[in-house]
Amino acid sequence: MSEAVPALSPEQMRCLLQTMYRIRAFEEKVDELFMRGEVHGTTHLSIGEEATAAAALQALRPDDYITSTHRGHGHCISKGADLKLMMAELLGKETGYCRGRGGSMHIADVASGNLGANGVVGGGIPIATGVGLSIKMQGLDRVCLCFFGDGAANEGTFHESINLAAIWDLPVIFLCENNQYGMSMSVRKATRCETIAQRAVAYGIPGERVDGNDVFAVYEAVSRAAARARSGQGPTLIEAVTYRYKGHSKSDQNRYRTRDEIRAWQERDPIKRLAAYLREHSLLTQEEIEREEAAAYQAIEEAYQFALASPEPDPDSLLEGVYA
Amino acid sequence: MTYAEAIREALREEMRRDPRVFLMGEDIGIYGGAFGVTYGLIDEFGEERVRDTPISEAALAGCAIGAALTGMRPVAEFQFSDFMAIGMDQIVNQGAKLRFMFGGKAQVPVVFRAPLGSGTGAAAQHSQSLEAWFAHVPGLKVVLPSTPADVKGLLLSAIRDPNPVIFLEHKLLYRYKGPVPRGEWTIPIGQAEVKRPGKDLTIIALSIMVPRALAVAARLAEEGIEAEVVDPRTLRPLDEETLIASARKTGRVLIVHEAVLTGGFGGEIAARIASSEAFYYLDAPILRLGGAETPIPYNRTLERRATPQEEDIYQAARRLLQRRPL
Repeated sequence: MSEAVPALSPEQMRCLLQTMYRIRAFEEKVDELFMRGEVHGTTHLSIGEEATAAAALQALRPDDYITSTHRGHGHCISKGADLKLMMAELLGKETGYCRGRGGSMHIADVASGNLGANGVVGGGIPIATGVGLSIKMQGLDRVCLCFFGDGAANEGTFHESINLAAIWDLPVIFLCENNQYGMSMSVRKATRCETIAQRAVAYGIPGERVDGNDVFAVYEAVSRAAARARSGQGPTLIEAVTYRYKGHSKSDQNRYRTRDEIRAWQERDPIKRLAAYLREHSLLTQEEIEREEAAAYQAIEEAYQFALASPEPDPDSLLEGVYA
Repeated sequence: MTYAEAIREALREEMRRDPRVFLMGEDIGIYGGAFGVTYGLIDEFGEERVRDTPISEAALAGCAIGAALTGMRPVAEFQFSDFMAIGMDQIVNQGAKLRFMFGGKAQVPVVFRAPLGSGTGAAAQHSQSLEAWFAHVPGLKVVLPSTPADVKGLLLSAIRDPNPVIFLEHKLLYRYKGPVPRGEWTIPIGQAEVKRPGKDLTIIALSIMVPRALAVAARLAEEGIEAEVVDPRTLRPLDEETLIASARKTGRVLIVHEAVLTGGFGGEIAARIASSEAFYYLDAPILRLGGAETPIPYNRTLERRATPQEEDIYQAARRLLQRRPL
């Protein structure tokens, strides 16, 4: 964990732990449901990356906006989504956030400022820039946090959008979750740059690289970027270095990396690290930590039961929502 | 008032009326846009609401979508409709689909304006007519106004529409003049108009083909033939009732557009008419006239040859009239 612990109350730290457990429990359940064939389509799990999502949203306010990626369950949960409505969406039910039309890759809750996961790599980056423009033109005290992966950093939209946000000083935080692989392509093969954060130089904005498995480090970096954005100083590029334990999607055989590599990262597991910190600093007892973990799995089970009991969309409602 | 002036008037009036409306695009500020359409608007509304963007079409499209999603009403101008290809993911995969993918819980009230078409010698990358690309996408609305009055009325409706609207203006139409109602003047999106009534044949024309078809109709009238000219104005949603009623009335249909014939929107119109009750009233097969199967060439003679001109429409109408039912 970072040496300088941020000014987080014990309650906020407990909240971070809760969020991370919920993300992991949700995704483990989803993984199981896909394997059992109870959910169709595909899914992209962020198991191992929970610290970035949890800490980034802890550093923002409830009325701030986010745009997300195809690996977006963690962002959605951290933004405060109702687990029942999320699970119902993954099961394609009418009660889901998107009435079963979006599924895992397009889940959104516009009312709470979650402007959606995105099935196109780099697809959300220009949208986040537009949200920043909207905030600025309306004179609001909000920011838009744009999640994207290392793969998206090589899309044209990355360059175009950060440049635009920079020249207009838009309140956008570009947060790259560098989980080391764009599907099977290692980030080391995909770019000659040492880091993604250093690309900020090209746009004349601050760039910062942090340990994405360290909740405090991510919290600090996003807090600084948010303060900058709110004071009219424009966007920041943050690279959070993290790792996904699972494959790119459910069909991934993991042929491009070794078990040793995965194991090495699991030793730096973000949840275990925060739990250890809380124990060592007597903020939570082992028993309390286990209770949090159990509560998360219990909440996911309830969400699953809610989703199972929910109705399917009416086939006659097919065209609803195409046009306003 | 010219077609270009009518667009500017619509933009000005709507920006005065609704503070959420703003413009963004390449060189639309002091320069006034590649075709001068937005000239002078920056003097009244300033750089905040008449935003020059870098040459970044994907960011332009996506930024407009993001702003629309969160309470603004952006009108994004592409310098040439050909360049919409660079922002295509944002237009087609994002803007068109967000509302549906989010279960109907979001709105994307954005207008993408762009000049289309040939006739300026700008060759293959600045002259295409790509309206059929967009008309193929559920979630988008596609508008092709052909007169100054239509362009004003439809643009006001497009800006007020809660959906993404692709608004395509033909470059040659910018200098066309016509009467334009002052002040509040809207035309519903999705309503075709009979530009000239007739009984002997129907010419369904898109965009720049409307004035050409009207000129042909005038020439045919001198020969005692009454051609009905119908302008769909909106391709998606399509007012097929008006088109089918005209086909049924005249029994002969010629469809004319500048876009390449293969996969062009004329095929869709022909299919709608042929599969409707109007089929039983047809006295001849439906005839389609579209662009040649080639990118638009630079050479002036070749450029004219690549797209239907008045004489081509006249000859096609003549051919259609000569066909007799078996």
